Amino acid sequence: MRHLLSISDLSKSDAISILDTAAELARVSDGAVKKLPTLRGRTIVNLFAEDSTRTRISFEAAAKRLSADVINFSAKGSSLSKGESLKDTAMTLQAMGADAVVIRHPASGAAQRLADSEWMSGSVVNAGDGTHEHPSQALLDAFTIRKHLGMGGSDLSGLSVAIVGDILHSRVARSNVLLLSLLGAKVTLVAPPTLLPVGIHNWPATVSYDLDSVIPHVDVVMMLRVQQERMSDLFFPNAREYSRYFGLNAERMSTMKSGAIVMHPGPMNRGLEISAEVADSARSVIREQVTNGVSVRMAILYVLLAGGALEVGSN
Amino acid sequence: MTTADYLLKGISLPDGTKTDVAIAGGLISSMSSDFKGEVKVVIDAKDCVVLPGLVDLHTHLREPGREDAETVLSGSRAGVKGGFTAVSAMANTSPVADTAGVVEQVYRLGQEAGLLDVFPIGAVTQGLKGEALSEIGAMADSVARVRVFSDDGNCVSDPLVMRRALEYIKKFGGVIAQHAQDPRMTVGSQMNEGEMSARLGLKGWPAVAEEAIIARDVLLADHVKSRLHICHLTTAGGVEIIRWAKARGIDVTAEVTPHHLLLTDDLASSYDPVYKVNPPLRTEADVHALREALADGTIDIVATDHAPHPTEAKECEWQEAAFGMLGLETALSIVQKTMVDNGLLNWSQVADRMSITPARIGGYENHGQPLAVGSVANLVVINPTRKWTVDRDLVLSKSSNTPYHGHELPGVITHTFFKGEETYNNGIVSSMGGK
Repeated sequence: MRHLLSISDLSKSDAISILDTAAELARVSDGAVKKLPTLRGRTIVNLFAEDSTRTRISFEAAAKRLSADVINFSAKGSSLSKGESLKDTAMTLQAMGADAVVIRHPASGAAQRLADSEWMSGSVVNAGDGTHEHPSQALLDAFTIRKHLGMGGSDLSGLSVAIVGDILHSRVARSNVLLLSLLGAKVTLVAPPTLLPVGIHNWPATVSYDLDSVIPHVDVVMMLRVQQERMSDLFFPNAREYSRYFGLNAERMSTMKSGAIVMHPGPMNRGLEISAEVADSARSVIREQVTNGVSVRMAILYVLLAGGALEVGSN
Repeated sequence: MTTADYLLKGISLPDGTKTDVAIAGGLISSMSSDFKGEVKVVIDAKDCVVLPGLVDLHTHLREPGREDAETVLSGSRAGVKGGFTAVSAMANTSPVADTAGVVEQVYRLGQEAGLLDVFPIGAVTQGLKGEALSEIGAMADSVARVRVFSDDGNCVSDPLVMRRALEYIKKFGGVIAQHAQDPRMTVGSQMNEGEMSARLGLKGWPAVAEEAIIARDVLLADHVKSRLHICHLTTAGGVEIIRWAKARGIDVTAEVTPHHLLLTDDLASSYDPVYKVNPPLRTEADVHALREALADGTIDIVATDHAPHPTEAKECEWQEAAFGMLGLETALSIVQKTMVDNGLLNWSQVADRMSITPARIGGYENHGQPLAVGSVANLVVINPTRKWTVDRDLVLSKSSNTPYHGHELPGVITHTFFKGEETYNNGIVSSMGGK
C-alpha cells in the first residue's frame, strides 16, 4: 500500500491489519517512553489547505512518536492562501524531499489528484478531502468501536451502527459507511431527506428519517456535526427543529441499548446535534476517539512508510 | 475539353453508390465514373466516403478575449482537420458578442483565416446576464448576418426574457439556442447528480435542472409560435420532452454533443477535470436514450460544444477546474464509433445530422447542400476503414483538453474541401489561411 486516499482502497484484511497495528502501537503510547525510532530520518509534511487543528495535531503527534521529521504547511499565511496551485505546492514538497504528504483540502478528490499526478513521488494520506472521504477518522472510529464492543473477533460483525446528521456533506459518513460495512457492521443512516445524497440507494447501508425508531436497536450512535450555514441553504427550517428531530439528548439516550456508545468526530455543536448531558455522559467515547486517533494515524504512517503491518505481539 | 481541380476516384457517396467526384471552379462539376478531361489532382478514394462538409452549430473559438485558449485561426485549423466547412462561434467571448461590432469582428477574423466559414452566434442578453436583450436586430442586419442567438454558458432563465427573445427573432426568422440549466438548482454543481456524485462527494447537477427549462421553453415557443433550439441535450427525460413537443408540432430542434454520446459520469471517479464539462456527463441510460433519439430524429443534429481551455485551467482540483472539452477534431470519429459502426445511423443520416440539418437551422447558405453537380464543393472525405489514436500533444487546437487522449477511434478524415479548395489533406492543413 502506497497511499491512503479512500476506504475503498482497502481490503478487509488491510483494514484489520491497520487496526491491529494501532493496538500494538497504543501499548507503546501507554508506556513511559512514547517514541519509536521507526521513521527516523523520514520527512512527513502536513499540508492543511483547510483549517483543522485537531486532525493536524493528531497526525503531527503520530509522526513524532514514530520519530519522523514533521513539517506543517497550513493554509493561513502560506502560499496556498496566495493562490498557488496544488501542482506548484506539490512540486515544492517534492523538491524538499517529502516522504509522505498528509493532505487536508476543501476540494473533493484533491488527495487523489496529488497521488495520481506526477507532481510528487511520496505517499499521500487523505486527511479529509471536501465532502468526499476522511479515511483516518473512519479507522479511528472503527478502532474505538472494536475496543469497546468487539466480540473478541478482529472485525465488527454482529454490531449495528447509526450515523446521524448531515450525510450529504459528510466525508466522515462516507468513509465510515465503507469501512464499517467492510468490517461486517450493519449501518443505518439517519437524516432529514434533504441531507441524504440523491443516489445513495446502493450504499451498503439502510436509511431512516426517524431517529427515535433507530436508537433502541443500535450498538453505536455516531452523531455528525451540522454546519449552521445549512439552514440558509434550506436544508432544514431552523436549529430548534433540527435538534428536535435529529439531536441526541438525554431523553433519547435513555432508550439506547445497555452498553451502547455515543460517538462524535468533533468539533461538536453542543445543543444542536448533541446535548451537553450526552456529550459528557458515561456512554460518550468522544474523548477516547481523540486518543485513539493518534494510535491509528501512527499505524497508517507505519504501514505506508515502514512497509507493512506491525506483527502482533512484537515490540 | 473539361478540366477539374480535383478528382475523387472511386469514392462512395453517402448512400453507398460508388462514383468519381470532380471539383472545378469551387463547385462539384461532375459525378460520374467516366469523367474525361484534364485533372490537376487525382485522389484515390476507393475506401472513402464523401459527405457534405460538416457544420458545427456550437463552437467556442474564444476570440476575442481568451486567445491563450483558442483563436479563430487555430479553431479553424482544428475544424478543417475534423472535416468542418462551417462553425458557429459562441457568444461568450470577452467582450461578449452582444453587439454588431463584436460579431462583425469575429466574422471578419473567420474570413481572414479563410479555412472555413465562421458564423458568429449573437448573445440573447447584454453581457449574457439574462436581463436586457442585446442588440439582436443590429447583429442580424450586420455583415455577419446573425440568425442564431444564445447565451450559452448561461441559461436564459427568466421566463419573460426568454419569451421576449423568442418573439423578437421572428422578425427575421432567427432561432434562440437555449443552454437549458436552471441556475438555482445548479449553484456550484460539479457533475451529474446520482450514484457517482453521492460517492465522490461532488455537488450534483440534477437532470431535472435541464428538463424543467426544456419543458418551459417548448411551451413558450409554442405560445409565441417561434423557433427554439436546445443546445447539448444530455438527459433521457429531456429527450422525452422534445419528442412530445415535436409530436405537438412545436418548432423545436435539439443537438447532442459527441461526448454525451460516448462518455459517462463514472469517469469523474478519477477526479481528472478533463472529464468536467457543462452540462455534465450523464449515465449509461442517458447515453443510450441520446443515441436512440439521434437515430430516430428526435435529436436533430450533432454539435461539438468544442470548449478549449489552457492547461492550468484543467491541471488542478476538480472543483477549481473549468468546464469543457475539445470536440472539433474528433467529432466525426466519435459519431462513427457511437452511431455508425453499430448500425444506428448510415452515412446519409450522418450527413443529415452533421451537415444538412445544422446548416438549415443556422440558415447557412452554401453549406449542407446535397451532393450534386453544381453544388458548392464544401466536402469532407473520410476513410471509415482506418483507425487513428488521439494524442493530445498533436491536436491543432491551441488547447489540449481532449477527453480521448490515447483512445483509438475509427474513421480517418483524409481531405476537407472548402469552396472547392483543399483545406486539409492527410494531416496537413492548407496554408491558404489568410489569403
